[in-house]
Amino acid sequence: MLRALLLAFAVVWTAVSAGAQDLQSVLQENPDLYANPSRRTTEDAVAALVASDLPAVPVFLEKWQAKDVWQRSDGQFFYVTGNGPYTLIDITSGAEVGTADKAQMTQIKPNSGVRAVIGSALVRFQLLDDDMARRSAALDAIARDGTADHLDPLAASIAEEPDPALKQRKERLLALLTARFGTTTDARVAAIDSLSDDISVDVRAVLNQILSSQSAVAASLPEGTNVARIREPGRDMTINEAYAELAAAGLAQSTVSDEILTKALVDNIRNGTVAGTPVVTLNTNEARVAAYRLLVEAGKAQPFVPQDARQAAVEAHVFYDAYVEKDAAVTDAADAALTAITLRVGVMQTADLALDAISLASIYFLAAIGLAVTFGVMGVINMAHGEFIMMGAYTGYVIQQIVPDYTLSLIIALPVAFAVTFGAGVTMERLVIRHLYKRPLETLLATFGISIALQQLAKNIFGTQARPLTSPAWLDGALVFNDVVGISYIRIAIFVLALLFLGLILFILKRTRLGLEVRAVTQNPGMAASMGINPDRINMLTFGLGSGIAGIAGVAIGLYAKVTSEMGTDYIVQSFMTVVVGGVGNVWGTLAGASLIGFLQKGIEFFNPSNTLAAQTYMILFIIVFIQFRPKGIVALKGRAAGN
Amino acid sequence: MTRTPLFANRSVLIVLLVLALFTVFVTLASQATGFGWISTSFVKTLGKTLCLCLIAIAMDVVWGYCGILSLGHFAFFGIGGYAVGMWLMYARTEQIVAGSLAGQALPATPEEISAAIGTQIFGVVGSSEFPPIWAFAHSLPLQLLAVVIVPGLLALVFGWLAFRSRVTGVYLSILTQAMTLALALYLFQNDSGLRGNNGLSGLQNIPGLDAWGQDWISIVFFWASALALGLGYLLFSWVVSGKMGSVIRAIRDDEARVRFLGYHVESYKLFVFTITAMVAAVAGALYYPQAGIINPAEIAPIASIYLAVWVAIGGRGRLYGAAIGAVFVSLASSWFTGGGAPDIDLGFYKLVWTDWWLVLLGLSFVAVTLFFPQGIGGLFDFVAVKRQGDFGPDDGSWRSEEGEAK
Repeated sequence: MLRALLLAFAVVWTAVSAGAQDLQSVLQENPDLYANPSRRTTEDAVAALVASDLPAVPVFLEKWQAKDVWQRSDGQFFYVTGNGPYTLIDITSGAEVGTADKAQMTQIKPNSGVRAVIGSALVRFQLLDDDMARRSAALDAIARDGTADHLDPLAASIAEEPDPALKQRKERLLALLTARFGTTTDARVAAIDSLSDDISVDVRAVLNQILSSQSAVAASLPEGTNVARIREPGRDMTINEAYAELAAAGLAQSTVSDEILTKALVDNIRNGTVAGTPVVTLNTNEARVAAYRLLVEAGKAQPFVPQDARQAAVEAHVFYDAYVEKDAAVTDAADAALTAITLRVGVMQTADLALDAISLASIYFLAAIGLAVTFGVMGVINMAHGEFIMMGAYTGYVIQQIVPDYTLSLIIALPVAFAVTFGAGVTMERLVIRHLYKRPLETLLATFGISIALQQLAKNIFGTQARPLTSPAWLDGALVFNDVVGISYIRIAIFVLALLFLGLILFILKRTRLGLEVRAVTQNPGMAASMGINPDRINMLTFGLGSGIAGIAGVAIGLYAKVTSEMGTDYIVQSFMTVVVGGVGNVWGTLAGASLIGFLQKGIEFFNPSNTLAAQTYMILFIIVFIQFRPKGIVALKGRAAGN
Repeated sequence: MTRTPLFANRSVLIVLLVLALFTVFVTLASQATGFGWISTSFVKTLGKTLCLCLIAIAMDVVWGYCGILSLGHFAFFGIGGYAVGMWLMYARTEQIVAGSLAGQALPATPEEISAAIGTQIFGVVGSSEFPPIWAFAHSLPLQLLAVVIVPGLLALVFGWLAFRSRVTGVYLSILTQAMTLALALYLFQNDSGLRGNNGLSGLQNIPGLDAWGQDWISIVFFWASALALGLGYLLFSWVVSGKMGSVIRAIRDDEARVRFLGYHVESYKLFVFTITAMVAAVAGALYYPQAGIINPAEIAPIASIYLAVWVAIGGRGRLYGAAIGAVFVSLASSWFTGGGAPDIDLGFYKLVWTDWWLVLLGLSFVAVTLFFPQGIGGLFDFVAVKRQGDFGPDDGSWRSEEGEAK
């Protein structure tokens, strides 16, 4: 109100002083106001400048605020350059108008209070600046650190804003500022209501700020308190906690804490005794309390506060949380808005969690799909599967060293990784696994031997530190829906890759000659052989296929995780569990297993986000129990396909 | 039958004799009790190796005899170590705390001492409260009881669930591995109550034996380990001999057939699984005071797989084979990785064994699995076959009687 009056006054004043059409003459009407500004007078001074509506005013305000305005001994104002003799610059035209000695010039140094006033006046100009970047920067500054002073300039600037996006931002910011600093209750409540469907972080911050409260205690509720909630001793807090709060507020005598008790005892040690009790016997709490009571009786220590006295004192007072904001209508509206927003945020968080879970499931699926072929279909335990994943990732790394273009190298890396691990898988099958088809437990051990050898080999070749596998630029960044829901493009790519491989494997197993032969050999190798299928060749190809997919999974996993020689061990147990939980011998089962594990892990993490280790622990426990009840997994094979 | 089935197998007597001679030799050669040929740290290494032999023969019984490839026995080993480590750490901290509290004006109350111990032990994970799991840590007998009871119960419950639902073969292996991983991950958390990945440390200082010095303590633990190994060997020889031994081996060879013959397969498996878990825990309880520190990494699934490696290399289905495997691989491992083995210069490449030992171990493991399923222990068959009938490596049971045509 005062500001409006001042403004009106200034307008009248300017109109009276007709003819003062350049900035210098406006300043010269009352030079002292600008040369020696004080917090009290600056409002008038700035108002006069603003009212003059001269084009040179914004620049002058900026320079004034930055202590770049000088006054010559004759009272004229200039900007200067150089280190003396100064070059003078006219404040109206910006042209050089001669020089002056150091002695003639006085720098004008407004104090910080004055500079703040100038700053808020400047905002008005910045918000209306022709340069869109400057307007945007001004909005950023207000969003970061808005005050009540920004309210009017912001409201005034909205109508003239040409850019629709910026206009929307201004309106939103205005609502935020009004909610906090609006002059009338109605305006604030309206602003808060308009924000109640906005889930972004800054809105929640503003609402929480409005709803900030302080705990207090008093004999009765003070008049005009905006109560957030009454805290009931015995229900919301124990009697002793309530009494401690009373004592801390100075409304009751403090209780005897352990420190006070010990100090009183120590202070009263006389000749190895305290009030007649030998010190050596004071090695239990009971003995100490007894000795302290003796001290109290002797008047040497502060007495205990009995329990019923505490009870009475607590009951005589009211404990409450009071909003810092005094207006109950505003806090009610903010509370309602925050509740609505929290609900929406909850829904969004669930959506975000589901996205996370899908992405984790697709990673597990990708890691396990190769295993679903070698273990699920062939029944071969391959402990070196994780090392095939590692091999694929290192293949990607090596190719990136040769081909510098990340997109191209990724396109090359995928088939090469497949080829490398396909070769490794076939070699392993020929040399080792072929001899152990009848001894599955020993396959486990032999492949474990290969696994530790491969791991150490990788360590010897590539060193122990993690190697980066850089994703191409178009995979950087994230798809952001709003402040809560978002997913990075790499994870989307992995999801797509997982879907592709699901389709590919299903196609190979169900629609090709190879798939038919694989299923035949898996069910009954002898019969398959007598039908003219070569089981040796089929086993070799199947194992190669499973290993090759592990290699491609390695490239994908390497894109978002670090490539180290031990990366395979992170996935091997999880992968086996994915296959077992899903149901051996069925690709759909692996998908179900990966989804179950992914969603479960993210679900548990949601309850305790800081502790992913706990989530993994509970997930494994769940799987152990799950297998008790469905030993054949989610999708169990039935009939002849189940074999023995 | 003139002899009990237990000693029908002379290998039991031979192993016990070798163990006794070895113990006497190390005692004579140690710094505390003998001529000082062997350093205290090497006595500890030997003592730890005996503990590894004990868990290896337990693994052999459960895998080599009963056919359950458990990848979780090192978890039980670790639990044993943690159980005894809790008392060691508590008691030692109590000594230190009592010393520092003695300086204050009033004698300390039990609450003050307990709070000070809590701060001392759990300060490293940002806590000072004793978690409930430490409720018995003040008492050595209770913690020693926990050494066998906690792993025993865990194995009992886990085994009951798994065997009841007929989880067998590789599925059971993966399940036991999952159990181990879950336990290790749980212990890695700071709020698990067992100091997270810091583990328990300072276990080599035995409270009350400060005056003895590490050279004496090492000999005491060496003897205890040797005694435990001897008793464990006897126990397992008894388990795998006689009629029970026959049933256990039969379960390995054809579980369904044994079930159809009327035996309650699950009970036998549960018994073997649980008792080996308890022995593994005893081995762990003796191992970690000699190692001085235990942390969750010791329990990681890989450790249990290495255990299977030892047994496989030593020779499954014979107890001494497992012990030989444990000794051979763990000593070879420390020789190669400790820089004992000379590097080989190939001209174009220098073969540094600390880098290549694991490759060698992995490949030799593949070779053993493929070509020598009997392991190192199989070498003894060349000696023994001539005098006894060829009843395979499992003599000592009633197999010779079974083999007689009737």
